[in-house]
Amino acid sequence: MAPVMIGITIITFAVIHLAPGEPVDRMTDLNPKISAQAKQKMREMYHLDEPLPVQYFLWFKRFAALDFGTSFSADNRPVLDKIMERLPITVFINVASLFIIFALSIPLGVLSAVRPHSFFDKATTLFVFLGFSTPGFWLSLLLMILFGVQLGWLPISGIRSIDFEEFTAWGKFVDYARHLVLPVLLSSLTSLAFLSRVTRQSMLEVVRQDYVTTARAKGCTETTVVFRHALRNALLPIVTIIGLSVPSLIGGSVIFETIFSIPGMGQLFYESVMSRDYPLVMGILVIGSALTLIGNLLADVSYAVADPRIRYE
Amino acid sequence: MAAEKQKTLLAIVLRRLARNSFALWGGAAVLGLFAVAVLAPLVAPYDPSVVDTNVILEAPSAHHWLGTDELGRDVLSRMVYGARISLMVGFVSIGIATLIGVIVGALSGYYGGWVDELMMRFVDIMLTFPTFFLILAVIAILEPDIMNVMIVIGITGWMGVARLVRAEFLSLKQRDFVVAARAIGQSDAKIIFKHILPNAMAPVLVSATLGVAGAILTESALSFLGIGVQPPTPSWGSILTEGKNYIEFAWWLSLFPGLAILITVLGYNLLGEALRDALDIRLN
Repeated sequence: MAPVMIGITIITFAVIHLAPGEPVDRMTDLNPKISAQAKQKMREMYHLDEPLPVQYFLWFKRFAALDFGTSFSADNRPVLDKIMERLPITVFINVASLFIIFALSIPLGVLSAVRPHSFFDKATTLFVFLGFSTPGFWLSLLLMILFGVQLGWLPISGIRSIDFEEFTAWGKFVDYARHLVLPVLLSSLTSLAFLSRVTRQSMLEVVRQDYVTTARAKGCTETTVVFRHALRNALLPIVTIIGLSVPSLIGGSVIFETIFSIPGMGQLFYESVMSRDYPLVMGILVIGSALTLIGNLLADVSYAVADPRIRYE
Repeated sequence: MAAEKQKTLLAIVLRRLARNSFALWGGAAVLGLFAVAVLAPLVAPYDPSVVDTNVILEAPSAHHWLGTDELGRDVLSRMVYGARISLMVGFVSIGIATLIGVIVGALSGYYGGWVDELMMRFVDIMLTFPTFFLILAVIAILEPDIMNVMIVIGITGWMGVARLVRAEFLSLKQRDFVVAARAIGQSDAKIIFKHILPNAMAPVLVSATLGVAGAILTESALSFLGIGVQPPTPSWGSILTEGKNYIEFAWWLSLFPGLAILITVLGYNLLGEALRDALDIRLN
């Protein structure tokens, strides 16, 4: 993990030096909002007078101490504070999405694999292809108009109503749920479709194995055969794919948080990119990758849970 | 002999594709888009950038099949030209990604050892970045224009190909024909590019086809967020952005470009999946 994390900081550092010339000129030229003072701050912060390796080393030292510097925006607040207050909602939406992906894709995949070429299998296949071909931002727009404007069932932006403080605890919960249901469902769609497909393929390979025939031969019920004998063995590729879909889920939060005006890290990232707030851009890039690393770590742990043959020393 | 064998393999693949209705639908969508993009000036009923204040936000009609936008421009014509952008982004960015992926994967798989270790570590690191974050960050530093969008999608999307090619190389380099080529003293470059690579291309072709679908989606999302293709160049994503302000009374601005993206991406996905099946020798 540590080498990967160091690699992440090197690439992040490289990204900011992509532009020709001194990064500060480029950044400030493009953004009249950046004052001469900020320019000076930037130069000090990144030690731009030093040679590149020294710059990287000094920058990394501060990063390791979680000192990401202060934002260029008018509030001038520490980058870490700004990210931390936005992080919980993004993590919540992604975890909720992962939960939905897991809870729906496995039954969908298993049921289509159990009866291949049945009507259910064909309907699922259709859903799968539509699911990973539909632009999420477009579907979001259409559903916002349908449920938010035409039918008036759901709020279309933010995470709570204006009169939120007056609600009871249950009322607050319902209010959150009503705001988050569309963003969570929409951000699950692509991975949900993809994972159903992976589950189906993985199950189709497993049900051909001898031990499945054996389980049937010794008189296990079909449910036991499918869920205890087959699914358990089909889980490994599924866990791998879930681990791999974490970066795209986190990346997708930029799109969904922007569309639904959710004050999370994705929206913050979009704003920081648009205003060229570089300390913030770099901070979120590293934090976002750290989240992915945590996701991968959890996937590795679930390997061991799913398959007792795998044990970590 | 070799040419004859290649022809039969191609014939098998084509026959399998022709029997697969997914492949036919996908292929039709892809070819249709190709034709529309190439023949754009002939197909588009109007000039996509001509502003006509007499027909602002007009609903679909016999004159404007898919309606007009807030500047009175013909939506169908803008979408026809937008097809060029999608096609170009899809091919150029996946071309870049495939080139990098093939080189990294080939060197990694062929040489093994520290070269492999180093390159695969780099792949792991690249895979840890939420790709969309990385793309946005780079575009924030460079200018948001179509060339940069294509390059950035390319350099953030090669890792899967690299892993595929590496796996193929690992198994192919043990085979007799490679040992024979080495025995007669052929150079590494010749063995890599002339002997092994052609045999490793089938999974690359599949992944590139599916990759085009992903690249088109990414470009449209970037343009939708206003950091992709810049106006007045028509791209499906940017038509959607302009249309979203009028979505309550001008639904056609939001519906049709999205459908175009959906059909195109679906086409490439269906074709890619069908190719995967058709190229699978185990199924014969």
